[in-house]
Amino acid sequence: MNTNVTTMNKEKARKNWLVMFIHKMGSPPWFYNFAGKLIPWLWAIFIGLTVWGLYLGLFKAPADYQQGESFRIMYLHVPAAWMSMMIYTSMAIMGFIALVWRIRIMEILAMCSAPVGAAFTIIALASGSLWGRPTWGTYWVWDARLTSELVLLFLYLGVIGLYNSIDEPRKAARAACLLAMVGAVNLPIIHYSVKWWNTLHQGSSISVTGGSNIDPSMLWPLLIMAVAVKFYYGANLLTRARVKLLEQDKRKGWVKNLVKEHKS
Amino acid sequence: MLSVSKINFERYFEPVFEPVSFELKAGQLLLVTGTNGCGKTTLIRVLADILHPTSGDFVERTDSMGYVGHYLGIKDDLSVIENLRFMRDFLGTSNRSCEEVIRQVGLGRVSEQLARTLSAGQRKRCALARLLLSNTSLWLLDEPYSNLDQEGVDLVDEMLTDHLEAGGACVLATHGNHRPEWADAQDYRLISGAAA
Amino acid sequence: MTIEQQSGSMGSAFFALLRRDLLLAFRRRTEMLFPIVFLLVVVSLFPLGIGPGPQLLARIAPGVIWIAALLATVISLDGLFRSDYEDGTLEQFVLSGHPLTLISLAKIVAHWLVAGLPLVLLSPLLAIWMNLPIESLGVMVLTLLLGTPILSLIGSIGVGLTISLKRGGQLLSLLVFPLYVPILIIATAAVMAASDGLPYTAFLGLLVAGLITSVTLAPFAAAAALKISLS
Repeated sequence: MNTNVTTMNKEKARKNWLVMFIHKMGSPPWFYNFAGKLIPWLWAIFIGLTVWGLYLGLFKAPADYQQGESFRIMYLHVPAAWMSMMIYTSMAIMGFIALVWRIRIMEILAMCSAPVGAAFTIIALASGSLWGRPTWGTYWVWDARLTSELVLLFLYLGVIGLYNSIDEPRKAARAACLLAMVGAVNLPIIHYSVKWWNTLHQGSSISVTGGSNIDPSMLWPLLIMAVAVKFYYGANLLTRARVKLLEQDKRKGWVKNLVKEHKS
Repeated sequence: MLSVSKINFERYFEPVFEPVSFELKAGQLLLVTGTNGCGKTTLIRVLADILHPTSGDFVERTDSMGYVGHYLGIKDDLSVIENLRFMRDFLGTSNRSCEEVIRQVGLGRVSEQLARTLSAGQRKRCALARLLLSNTSLWLLDEPYSNLDQEGVDLVDEMLTDHLEAGGACVLATHGNHRPEWADAQDYRLISGAAA
Repeated sequence: MTIEQQSGSMGSAFFALLRRDLLLAFRRRTEMLFPIVFLLVVVSLFPLGIGPGPQLLARIAPGVIWIAALLATVISLDGLFRSDYEDGTLEQFVLSGHPLTLISLAKIVAHWLVAGLPLVLLSPLLAIWMNLPIESLGVMVLTLLLGTPILSLIGSIGVGLTISLKRGGQLLSLLVFPLYVPILIIATAAVMAASDGLPYTAFLGLLVAGLITSVTLAPFAAAAALKISLS
């Protein structure tokens, strides 16, 4: 008969400050309060940057000599597309941390990221489609970016679908996190193969975004918007995460205390 | 051989049972009793490393474990002897032959029959045969007496005696009336948590 | 156990499991036919739906055959782990001490031999139906030979994740089809290049690379998925 003895040693973990921070963040009431303080700032910065960016983009930037005014939809489309990919990546990273270290907060953050990312993907697709109409005359073009975004949307829907299909919430989150990780590994492969597919089948690449030389006065608002949406993501994500945390812990002491404080 | 401290498992954010701590040495039997649905099956599965505890420590744990649970782990489309031969080849740790083990559990007459055609009691015996073949030190048994006739119950007790005398240990969950009378058996009454 | 003993027992465990799965598939051999019939039916729907014009069929042949292969694979995948999951055998595997990765790989290999290889062998018939140019027939078979194992490997991750669901099969398609997109693109590109007389070895090289990567990585993910599903 075989025997093997395993012993745990928690002392080693205490010495590592990063582990300590992650540990602290793992405390639900601490996270709830910390996020609560952060959220108004995130909204403020988002609104500020967006107003500035849209002002520059919609009013100050000159009309494109090829596309006229319709190019301005780029200020919505491109940041949305960038965010759709960034959010998927961060969802996968959070998922990885959640699975390896079994941290519930990370599970929550990853799962709350999914609908936000999916929404950005839909915005990117819709705005891309609207952009295509004046530019190419049709509402849909199977160009590399739009096709990639569509596949990305399916990946998001898969994660959301899997999460909602499994009954037990933590098991559902872990399964969806693993799926997100697998999708993230495949994402660059999908992206490049679609890009390539596009050139294979159409010779020259048709792109909704047009040429690569972009005037600085048009570029600045784009970059501002790109940063602004990150703050939107942060604010939205933390808000959703707090709600989910309350739902999950509704029977625990700290939530009951919060409810009591709120009532008084 | 198995020592746990405040093992806890949550489902839907509620604990399935109150935290469990115990120490089990070679030659000992831990009897886990409790009402229906108090989490005995979940506890056994946590001990078997099929489930990961939400909190708590395994202070000591052998990795030579044998498990007979509600789902017996035998293929319907294979015969008794085919099931056992596969398990013996797969596990690679056996020191007994399939024929010998089949005879011990009393399935000698049906060894060529497909598992699908067996009665519930016979299927249970097949799972017990697999347990014998696995040659493991710690046995985790979830309702081992269910579906067995008196002869079957005696068989289980006999297997347990031999196993414990040879230096093995066992965690046995049962809600039924029968319980093995052992001098060295610890009794653990599992208290259900809010989730159960 | 010494290292030699341990790796020896892992090797024999792998083959014992492979043999068992093939035996089990043989015991249910009529069920093995379903994906094959499905493949034939799906392909034959295209001429019915689009019209039998030979040039049109020839143009869409690579895509149609490959898409049918994707669909047939997804249909057959659900059986990969389900039986073991439902009768408790999977739990016994987890307990055995053998790495679940190796166990997954053994099962995937068995699954491909039973469900994927027939697709490869049937493809010349499909090529004839779809009027695929004869020059690209060899490449077609080769892409399927290299690609269907990748489909099984990547698909096994999806199966592992959905195995605890009653209607897992439906969600499974949604999960794996986006992951199949690159394989579809590269394989069809290879066949179309061959039809046009253009070089195609680069595409095949990519498929080989994909196969090697999947064989090394997918079983880990499938094993992780199974552990989650068992909990």
